[in-house]
Amino acid sequence: MSRRLLSGNEAVARGAYEAGVHVATGYPGTPSTEILETLARFTDINAEWSPNEKVALEVAMGASFCSARALVTMKHVGLNVAADPLFTLAYTGVKGGLVIVSADDPGMHSSQNEQDNRNYARFAKIPMLEPADSQEAKDFTIRAFEISEQYDIPVLLRLTTRVCHGKSVVEEGPVRPRTEIRAFERNPEKYVMIPAFARKRRVSLEQRLERLAQLSETFEGNRIETGARELGIITSGIPYHYARESLPDASFLKLGLTHPLPERLIRDFASQVDRLAIVEELDPYLEEQLKAMGLEVSEKPAEYRMGELTPDRVKTMLTGERLAEAPAIKPRPPVLCAGCPHRGIFAVMHQLDLIVTGDIGCYTLGVLQPAGGLDTCVCMGAGVGHSYGFEKVLPEEQRKRVVAVIGDSTFFHSGITPLMDIAYNGGRATVIILDNRTTAMTGRQDHPGTGKDIRGRPARRVDLPALCRSLGIEDVRITNPWDLSGLESEIRAALEHDGPSVIINEGPCVLLERTPVLPMRVEEEICQVCGLCVETGCPAIREEEGRVRIDALQCRACGVCAQICPFDAIGPTES
Amino acid sequence: MADLTSVLLVGIGGQGVLTASEVIAEAAFRQGHDVKKSEVHGMSQRGGGVSSHLRFGPKVFSPLIPAGQVDLLLAFDRVEGEKYRFMLGPSGQVIDPAGADTARLGRMLNTFLVGVASNLLPIELPFWLEALRDCVRADFLEANLRVFHEGRNVQSARRNTG
Repeated sequence: MSRRLLSGNEAVARGAYEAGVHVATGYPGTPSTEILETLARFTDINAEWSPNEKVALEVAMGASFCSARALVTMKHVGLNVAADPLFTLAYTGVKGGLVIVSADDPGMHSSQNEQDNRNYARFAKIPMLEPADSQEAKDFTIRAFEISEQYDIPVLLRLTTRVCHGKSVVEEGPVRPRTEIRAFERNPEKYVMIPAFARKRRVSLEQRLERLAQLSETFEGNRIETGARELGIITSGIPYHYARESLPDASFLKLGLTHPLPERLIRDFASQVDRLAIVEELDPYLEEQLKAMGLEVSEKPAEYRMGELTPDRVKTMLTGERLAEAPAIKPRPPVLCAGCPHRGIFAVMHQLDLIVTGDIGCYTLGVLQPAGGLDTCVCMGAGVGHSYGFEKVLPEEQRKRVVAVIGDSTFFHSGITPLMDIAYNGGRATVIILDNRTTAMTGRQDHPGTGKDIRGRPARRVDLPALCRSLGIEDVRITNPWDLSGLESEIRAALEHDGPSVIINEGPCVLLERTPVLPMRVEEEICQVCGLCVETGCPAIREEEGRVRIDALQCRACGVCAQICPFDAIGPTES
Repeated sequence: MADLTSVLLVGIGGQGVLTASEVIAEAAFRQGHDVKKSEVHGMSQRGGGVSSHLRFGPKVFSPLIPAGQVDLLLAFDRVEGEKYRFMLGPSGQVIDPAGADTARLGRMLNTFLVGVASNLLPIELPFWLEALRDCVRADFLEANLRVFHEGRNVQSARRNTG
C-alpha cells in the first residue's frame, strides 16, 4: 500500500472512498470544502454540492435509508442549518452508514463564530469521532461508517481547521467494494416519526447510546500512553499533538471517540496518575463531564476557552511558563481582489450613504473598504431578513436608505425564503444579489446558478430574474458592476420603487478567468493625489512617496478607479 | 525537538506561499522524513497575511512550530517577516526576496526562494526536482526548474542576528 502526504480533508475523502461510500453531499465552507472536491475526483462516486447543508443531510439520509453509505460535509455553522433533520435522524437511525463531517474553526480564521460542535454530539445524542491528524482522519472515517451501521445511528466526524488543512503522512488501504443497492425496504415505525413511533425510537436511542458507551471503553482510538505518573493529560484532536510536543514526559489518555466517553477507561487512567489535566480547545466539553464523574480536574481559565490552542499556549496553560510572544504589528487584513466585481457597488453605496445589511461571502470584506461599508453580517441569508426588519421599524427617511446585499451562492443557500417573506408580507425592501457566478470565498465552487455541477459538467441553471419574479418581486433590475453611474441610478430607482425590488449585479468573479489585460495607468501631471481611488481598497493601487501608483502585475483594468477619479487622471494603457 | 527541522513560510495571499510550502513538504517526504504542515485557507488568502508551518524529521507531533524553534524563516514579504522573527531559534536563518529580481521573477518568486532554501535543508537534489514536478503545472515546469536552480545558486542566505 502506498504512503502519501495528505491533508486531513483529502484523508477523509480517501477514507470515504476506501469505505465504499455511495453518495457524498455538502455545501462549501472553510475549512471543510476540499473533502467533497477531492471525492468528486473519484468519478465513480456520487459526489455533489447541495444548495445548503440541510438539503445535503436530507439527501444523504434518503440514500442511507436505501442502505447506501453516505457522507455529508460542512463547516461548523453549517450544522446549525442541518440541525433540524439531525436531531430526529438520531431517532430513525440509518440503514447504510451515514457520516456527518463538521469542520470547526477555532480561532475564527474564516468564520463568524467559533462554536464548539462537540456539543452537538451530546445534544443530538449521536456518537462522535475526533481525529488528530490525517492518518486518523482516514481511519476514523472508515470506522465511522462501520459504527454507524453496527449501532444504527449517524456518526459525527468532528474536525478542526488544523486537522482539515494540516498535511501529514497517510497509509492508503484497500478499497471496499460498494454494496449493491437493490430496493428500499419499508419500515414506517423506523422512518416515519409520528409521535407514536418516535416514542419507541426514543427508547431505542437510549439503548443504542448505552451500547456505544461500551464500545467507547474498547475503541482502539481511545488509548493510554503511559509516561511519568506526576501528570496525566486527557485530550483529543489536534491538541493531543500540541501537548505531546510541549510535555513529552507526561502520561496521556488520547481520546478518539469522545461521545459517549469511556468512563471506566477515564477512571482507570485517573487512578494511574497523581494529577489530572485536560487539554481541549474551546468549550470545557471533557472538563464538565469529568467533573460530573466526580474526578478532580482544574477549571480551564476563560482565556483558554477562546481561540486556537498552540503548543506554546498549552505549555503556558499547564506549566505557567511564559514564552516569547508575537510583537504587536498590525495584522494585514484581507481585501477584495483587484478587479473584483463587488468593489464598485460598495463605492456607490458608500457615496449614497446607504444602510447595508450584509451576508456571508467575499463581499463581507466590503466592511473593510474605506469607501465601502457594511452594517450587519451574522449568518447565511440573514441580510435579506435584516433589511426587512429594519424596514418594519425605521422612520421613512432612514428606511429609504436600507439595502440588503447577498451573494448568488448565499442567496440559493438561504436567501430565497426571506425574499419570499418580503414579497408575501408586502415589504418594500431592496435586495441586491451580487451575482459573481460562483461560491468565491471558499475557492470557487459551482452552485445551482452557474450551469455546472461539481465536476464542471453542464447542469440545469436557475433563472435568477424569473425566480425572483415568481416569488412576487415585480421590480427586478440587472446591473453592470463596472458601470458606476448606471449602478447609482438603478439603486436610486429601486429605493424609490413602491414595492420590493431586486437588483442582480452580474459580473463574474475575477478569479474565474485570468485573461491578460493592459493595466490602467495614472497620468501623473493630472493626478492631485486626492486618495479617492486608494479608498476603494484596491490592492493594485497605493500611494507611495506622494504619488499614486498602479501595480501592473495586479491590475485587472476593471476601471472602477478611473470612474471614481474626479480629475480623469486614470485611464487605460494605450496599446 | 532537536532532531526536527522547522520551516515557517510567511507572506501575503497570492504570493505562492502555500505552493512553496507544498514543494518543500513533498521533497522532505520523498527524502524519507515524517512530515507535518499546517496553514489556513479561505479569507486569509484575500490579500491578507498567510503563514505555513512545516516540520519534518524522524517523528513529528505538532504541526505548529513552538516559539523559538524555527530553523528557517522564508519571508516573502518584509513586514510579514518582521512579525515572525520572534519564532526563530538561536541558529535560525531568514530567507527573504532582498536582492532577488522580483520584477523579472514575477509569480515564480516562490520557486526562487525554495531554490535558495534547498541549500539549507537536509533534502537531496533529486527529491527537490521530483517535488517540483509533482507540484508545478506541466506548462510552467521548465521555467520553474530554471528559477529553482537560479535560487539554489545563491549562497548568501543571511544569518539571523536578532
